[in-house]
Amino acid sequence: MGQPLCIVVVEEDRDRAVAIVDSLKESGDHEIHVFGNVSGLSRKIAAHAPDIVLIDIDNPTRDMLEELTLASGPLDRPVAMFVSGAAGGLAEAAIEAGMSAYVVDGLQPDRLKPVLDTAIARFRMVRQMRTELAETRRALEERKLIDRAKGLLMKARGIGEDEAYALLRKAAMDQGRRVADVAEALVTASGLLS
Amino acid sequence: MKTVSLAVAYMPLVDAAPLIVAQEMGLAESEGLSLDLIPAPSWSSVRDMLAFGRVDAAHLLSPVPVAMALGLGSVKTALSAVSVLSANGNVIGVGRAFEDRLRAAGYGFDFTDAAAAGQAMADVAGDGLTIGVPFPFSMHMELLHYWFEATALANVKAQIRTVPPPLMAQALAAGEIDAFCVGEPWGSVSVDTGVGALLLPGQAIWNFAPEKVLAVRTDWAETEPHLLSRLMRAVWKAGRWLSQPESRTAAAELLARKEYLDVSSELVDRALSGHLTISTSGEQRQVSGFVEFNRGAATFPWRSKAKWIAHRIAERTGLDPAAACDAAGAVFRSDLYRAALADSGADMPGASEKVEGAIRHPTAVASGSGTLILQPDQFFDGRIFDPSK
Repeated sequence: MGQPLCIVVVEEDRDRAVAIVDSLKESGDHEIHVFGNVSGLSRKIAAHAPDIVLIDIDNPTRDMLEELTLASGPLDRPVAMFVSGAAGGLAEAAIEAGMSAYVVDGLQPDRLKPVLDTAIARFRMVRQMRTELAETRRALEERKLIDRAKGLLMKARGIGEDEAYALLRKAAMDQGRRVADVAEALVTASGLLS
Repeated sequence: MKTVSLAVAYMPLVDAAPLIVAQEMGLAESEGLSLDLIPAPSWSSVRDMLAFGRVDAAHLLSPVPVAMALGLGSVKTALSAVSVLSANGNVIGVGRAFEDRLRAAGYGFDFTDAAAAGQAMADVAGDGLTIGVPFPFSMHMELLHYWFEATALANVKAQIRTVPPPLMAQALAAGEIDAFCVGEPWGSVSVDTGVGALLLPGQAIWNFAPEKVLAVRTDWAETEPHLLSRLMRAVWKAGRWLSQPESRTAAAELLARKEYLDVSSELVDRALSGHLTISTSGEQRQVSGFVEFNRGAATFPWRSKAKWIAHRIAERTGLDPAAACDAAGAVFRSDLYRAALADSGADMPGASEKVEGAIRHPTAVASGSGTLILQPDQFFDGRIFDPSK
């Protein structure tokens, strides 16, 4: 198996970082470091001379890591390169899972693949959970807006709750908009008028 | 015509306007297209989404496809810059500490003279300065290097750091950088949040710099020529619409929306009007042609501009400049631009290359209809770049 791989994970969220590190440990005996979005990130990472760097694709500090892929002089080799030429569609799978991976030049594919496969599976799970959470939050927000809009209509027109909702839904259908959008417009307008 | 949906990636910046306007003002629709605009958190994301087929077109920094053609950076997919989306539009700014030092030394923040600004900065730089740019391959990087080389700043120890545009003001506030070069509205955001002051607009260094390009995968351009032409026409019409003064208010409102830049429309309007607020005390400066979407063949992908970028990068990275220029010339697709926009009303220059930096006054040149006026394109130090040498 050779030397253990040195892996750097860039992740600000403590729980997510732990989950990623745990799953990576299952894939082999690696030396793993975690960094948040600290200043001078690329130099701190370079100091560890990692074999692999993993980062969430949506993390804006990712552009800082691009510096690692640039040789500082004509004869130097870059610290890491983005996984793009790797066999088996690894790069595409990583991007789809929301992960970017940088590897040191010359790392053998048979050592890289198990790590990336594990990481990709973990990132995919994290991403899915995040999407679901965002979706739930949005639904909750919209529910609140619709309730407020219903309340406003009930008060202004002296009608019942079902009737208020029917009114909102009709307005939405007539205008080709979502009920939540009509509710938001109503709440905003009433805020301005009161 | 059946409407085809096209995924397009962009970074939230004022100069993403042609894509946003093409979709929102129905220009894409009239070409039978619906643009699925996907905001990206970083320039590497934009590049990867395009290179690996998540999107078919992207708003991209003009030096990125050039650097990729030179084998630099981490992804090697062949990209084509089929059109320039905008010329100019960057600002150089400094943090409050530097601003205070400059003012104490009597500098007047004229927002015009790059040589004087360089001298003033060098005088107060002390033991060096750290500057933020959005990406290692960007016009920001090229303008800064050019400015440093040709002024007293050549003797100042400078470090350049990558900071994504929306985080620039934050990095300045945290003291991670002393200065920055960034696209609007993010420079103005640093003024409005009280952490910085603007020193120069990008065009004080190069008067007509190709800032962002419309980029596609080269193999996609070959397999989908009709789709590409429709996209290019829609985007070109959006640029023409944006260049009309009466469009400004509507454009600012549109770009300011939550789903696009999510800043106030007044902030966006500063870039579109060239009427910039440069300091927290409210000083204002008017810049003509602060960002160009149409005027002076702004969207024409001059091969000579790609070569200038390649030449500069090659000299810095130790590549052969002549080979780099050859590779870069093929990236800016003036051939595809001519083919797609021949009947659209876009005025085509007779040539696809020119000497860069030689135009000092608006100049009429040979073109399809004979009415094309090129805008001044000089470098602040008066040097010229001849691509044939």
